[in-house]
Amino acid sequence: MNEVVLQVKNVIKSFGGVKAVDCVSFDVFKSEILGIIGPNGSGKTTLVNLMTGFVKADSGTVIADGKKLTGLAPDKIAGLGIVRTFQIPRPYHSLSAIKNLVVPLYSSRIMRTSGGKLGDRDTVALDILEEIGFERDAHVPYKLASAFSEGYLKRLELARCLALKPNMIIMDEIFSGLSVSEIAAMIPMVERLQMSGITILMVEHRIRELFQLANRVIVMNFGEKIAEDIPDNIMKSEIVRQAYLGVT
Amino acid sequence: MNIFIFGLVNSVILALMASGFALVYGVSRLANFAHGALYILVGFATWLFLNRVGVNYIGSIILSIIAVSVLGGVIYRFLLIRVKGMPASEIIASLAIGIAIMELFRWRGFISEAYMLPPFVNGSVSIAGVMIDWQRLIIIGVGLAIMLLLWLFTHHTKVGLSLRAIAQDKHASMMSGIEPDRTAVISLAMGSALSGIAAVVILPLGNITVETGYMVLTNAIAVCIIGGLGSWAGVFAGAFLLGFAEILTAAFIGPQWQMVVVLLFIILTLILKPSGLLGKQKELEERV
Amino acid sequence: MAYALLPMVSFVLGMLVLPLVVPSMTWQRIMTLSCIFALLALSFDFLAHFVGIVCLGGAFFTGVGGYISGLLNSAFGLPMIITIPVATIAGGAICTLFLIPCLPIRGIYFAIVSLMYPILFHRVIQALNIFGGTDGLPGLATFPNIWVELYFIIPMTLILTFGLRRLVNEDFGIVLRAIKDNDQAVRASNINISWYKTKAVFIASTIGCFAGACLAHLYGWVGLSLFALDFSIFPIAATVVGGGGTLVGPILGALILAPLSEMLRAFGPLRVVFYSLILAGLVIFKTEGLVPFLERKYHQFERWTEI
Repeated sequence: MNEVVLQVKNVIKSFGGVKAVDCVSFDVFKSEILGIIGPNGSGKTTLVNLMTGFVKADSGTVIADGKKLTGLAPDKIAGLGIVRTFQIPRPYHSLSAIKNLVVPLYSSRIMRTSGGKLGDRDTVALDILEEIGFERDAHVPYKLASAFSEGYLKRLELARCLALKPNMIIMDEIFSGLSVSEIAAMIPMVERLQMSGITILMVEHRIRELFQLANRVIVMNFGEKIAEDIPDNIMKSEIVRQAYLGVT
Repeated sequence: MNIFIFGLVNSVILALMASGFALVYGVSRLANFAHGALYILVGFATWLFLNRVGVNYIGSIILSIIAVSVLGGVIYRFLLIRVKGMPASEIIASLAIGIAIMELFRWRGFISEAYMLPPFVNGSVSIAGVMIDWQRLIIIGVGLAIMLLLWLFTHHTKVGLSLRAIAQDKHASMMSGIEPDRTAVISLAMGSALSGIAAVVILPLGNITVETGYMVLTNAIAVCIIGGLGSWAGVFAGAFLLGFAEILTAAFIGPQWQMVVVLLFIILTLILKPSGLLGKQKELEERV
Repeated sequence: MAYALLPMVSFVLGMLVLPLVVPSMTWQRIMTLSCIFALLALSFDFLAHFVGIVCLGGAFFTGVGGYISGLLNSAFGLPMIITIPVATIAGGAICTLFLIPCLPIRGIYFAIVSLMYPILFHRVIQALNIFGGTDGLPGLATFPNIWVELYFIIPMTLILTFGLRRLVNEDFGIVLRAIKDNDQAVRASNINISWYKTKAVFIASTIGCFAGACLAHLYGWVGLSLFALDFSIFPIAATVVGGGGTLVGPILGALILAPLSEMLRAFGPLRVVFYSLILAGLVIFKTEGLVPFLERKYHQFERWTEI
């Protein structure tokens, strides 16, 4: 339970003159839910991009299971089982929900792990969609992705991650844009994923919901990590308060 | 020394040819494939004014450059603006317009040897032991003057600064009150004018033919790819690299190998540094 | 059932039967040419609307495919039955290799470079005076007779069209379409998009090179004209006329434009002006294309009831 599955060491990234991520380090433990919070512009999404290969770090390393992730292409990192959702959902608009999932099922990771016995990808896709709450018998899985509402699209993002049989899911603001009831429906889903052994990192703005789920929380401000603790202590922390509300 | 002078001339010629295309792309992200067509249009218009209408040389030049600038602006304002933002359609539309213009010239028979523009000054002069005609020297002079004027324009006039602003960040410029459409029309007019200036100084070196149009387009694109799309310094870098490479090839290997060198440089650039020597075109990196 | 199949069946039958009913051999030759242009248009539509790659290098494919086929026949005496397949595959590989450097780059580089390659290759062949130089390579093998010609090229066109239509709905094709819609998401799904784009370009270039190889043996001659801009512009015009994204639209577009173009041949360059202007107009005014229009009308028609 205390095994380290991902290590971020002294990662720095600047865009032009702005230091988006300033010497951030932390460890991620197996099967925990680690929250990452911070005011807007604190570098949370850049951190996610750095960990998943969408942005190249200026310096520092990210290591997972002994393998160096920094410098790898995003598709390679996803192949190692570390997947992410996008802050603004990125579905394939001209394809139906089922066909959206065929894409990750076509990946080399799945072809390797299923040993050629995957069967019809459409059927597997239907199963995954059912897991995340798309009603199987209704017309929903066959609708084009362009016709879905935000809640469904967010769940489709999650489904895309699940299709890759991940070890770790990094969720970039998965609750944003969802109604209270939609979030209430997603929370048990996230808990279930944790119980099945998947490590989860959640970048979030909705702190109340996040603190229900997270085991530990990291707080960022202006690219730096300013706190790392259990949710209760974070709530009481003066530093965090100042970061969000300003100095009184 | 021979090589230096002719290399310089060749480089300036290439830079002039590419400048119109680079300006339009840099400011409005529009790859104007009608570039070559506008180039020869200026040539023909000048010839027409000079030989059929009877205006003097300077007057013809000024009139045709103005005419083609207006045409460039009109083409954008009424046609290309409708496909703004869809790069594939922009290329196809501007290419189709360019080809229509050039093939129209081919049909109407402007292909015989008789169509020439006279050089500004006849005769040649010896510089450092090399015989070079005045026209080529004028080209160098005009080229450098244009670069200087452009630099001054884009750094010290309101319109020029707005062009640079839009090139750097469209949304921020819009928030400062700069209209992207109007700026795009201006950039296309200026790009056409630049092609025109290039045309009137370079065409006297040879004939006006339809093939010239295609060649200008090819050269402009080659320079921009090698130097980097979207970067002014890149146009220079690409032009000089290519210009000297061509002359060196012609001198030491053989003139027919020039085209091979151009092709090779383009491929090498794409493999080694796809955005060009000084280009700012990003690869797949995109805000996610 | 019949309602769904009728358009496709009539299309296929029409293509197969047409050569038997046209008045003269000239028209049969036009039919073959139309199919060759149709193949180029097919390759353009596939890349542009199913993979998101705008390839303006139709002439590149015809030139490379034609020259390989011509060279094999002229220099080594290989018969058509060998030169055409070899030119198709080898040409496809060569074209893909030249286009690979452009694939990872965002923006219009691919379009620009693919447009430039045929022009550059033309110049190089001309300047170095290789492969027959400006005169080209005459005296190649041609199809034994017009019927072999027709009933080789027409079925191949149909097979390739419907094959591609099938491919884009298979899982591989779904991945390609996903790359067009949202390539970052595809990367996040453990798929190397450059590799898939390469495969797509290979498919498109083999189709184009096949068209070029057939052209070489149609006329019995290869020359610099195989790199003419015509072969790049025409497929786009055909796709825009027939409707992009349907894979059948470009075929119909080619079948309409090619005969028109032949009829205007007497006007010389004006012909090119004519369809450049049509192309510009259709692209600028964002027309939907013939096949989508017909599809809409067909479905509407089904719903009319007699009173």
